[in-house]
Amino acid sequence: MSDMSGNSLHYHYIVPGDDFTQAGAASSAVKQILKQLGLNPQTIRKMSISLYEGEINMVIHAGGGEIDVDIDDKKIVAVLTDYGPGIEDVDLAMQAGWSTASEQVRGLGFGAGMGLPNMKKYSDELIINTTVGAGTKVTIVVNIEN
Amino acid sequence: MRVNDLCEKLGWELVHGDGEREITGGIYCCDLLSIVMGRAPSDSLWITVMGNVNAMAVAALADTACVAVAENMLIDDEAIAGAKKGNVTVIRTGLPVFESAMAAARLLGLN
Repeated sequence: MSDMSGNSLHYHYIVPGDDFTQAGAASSAVKQILKQLGLNPQTIRKMSISLYEGEINMVIHAGGGEIDVDIDDKKIVAVLTDYGPGIEDVDLAMQAGWSTASEQVRGLGFGAGMGLPNMKKYSDELIINTTVGAGTKVTIVVNIEN
Repeated sequence: MRVNDLCEKLGWELVHGDGEREITGGIYCCDLLSIVMGRAPSDSLWITVMGNVNAMAVAALADTACVAVAENMLIDDEAIAGAKKGNVTVIRTGLPVFESAMAAARLLGLN
């Protein structure tokens, strides 16, 4: 769903938990929108990768959540909100290769411990607010370059 | 080289998608999707043993020319549906990953 508020576009997505067949639906939808807006491929790639990693994290670790995406002429901002277990040690979670994902998740090709490092690498700004036992809010900002 | 030409010359199977797509981004081999997503070059030939729906989503996001599923691994209906949705070209070979990459590299003149 989208609406125009001021000069920005807003989209809202629900991410179902524990459903790997749906995982990536929001990121794919956002990618399509960014393509339609005619943004440059590098910008689209950065946002798509960061958002997909975040979406997968929500499915793997948090039982799903919600994603809000705002696009204006300067930047794309995605806010991922979940009510999962939170991240105990963010610094540790940011290290490449560190993961708490289950064997089942690893069998699907995830859980390599690259999620947050990828999000950091491909976003221009990454803000993680997390409370153990209450949930996590991740904000991804990608600047629009033309 | 087009995906169709590669399949024809190597005897690989076109499972789904646009065989006219050009492979111009080289060859990339990896099975861990988070790594693939960040590092597979766009328009590359991505060789993997992952034939599931998540692999298709990653191929769509990374915009690889195609996914080559090695070792004749299963590509299930969910994966095909995902490939359709993401407009992903999927091919398959019985060769293991390394041998697949060697054969493709020879054909693409990469070695």
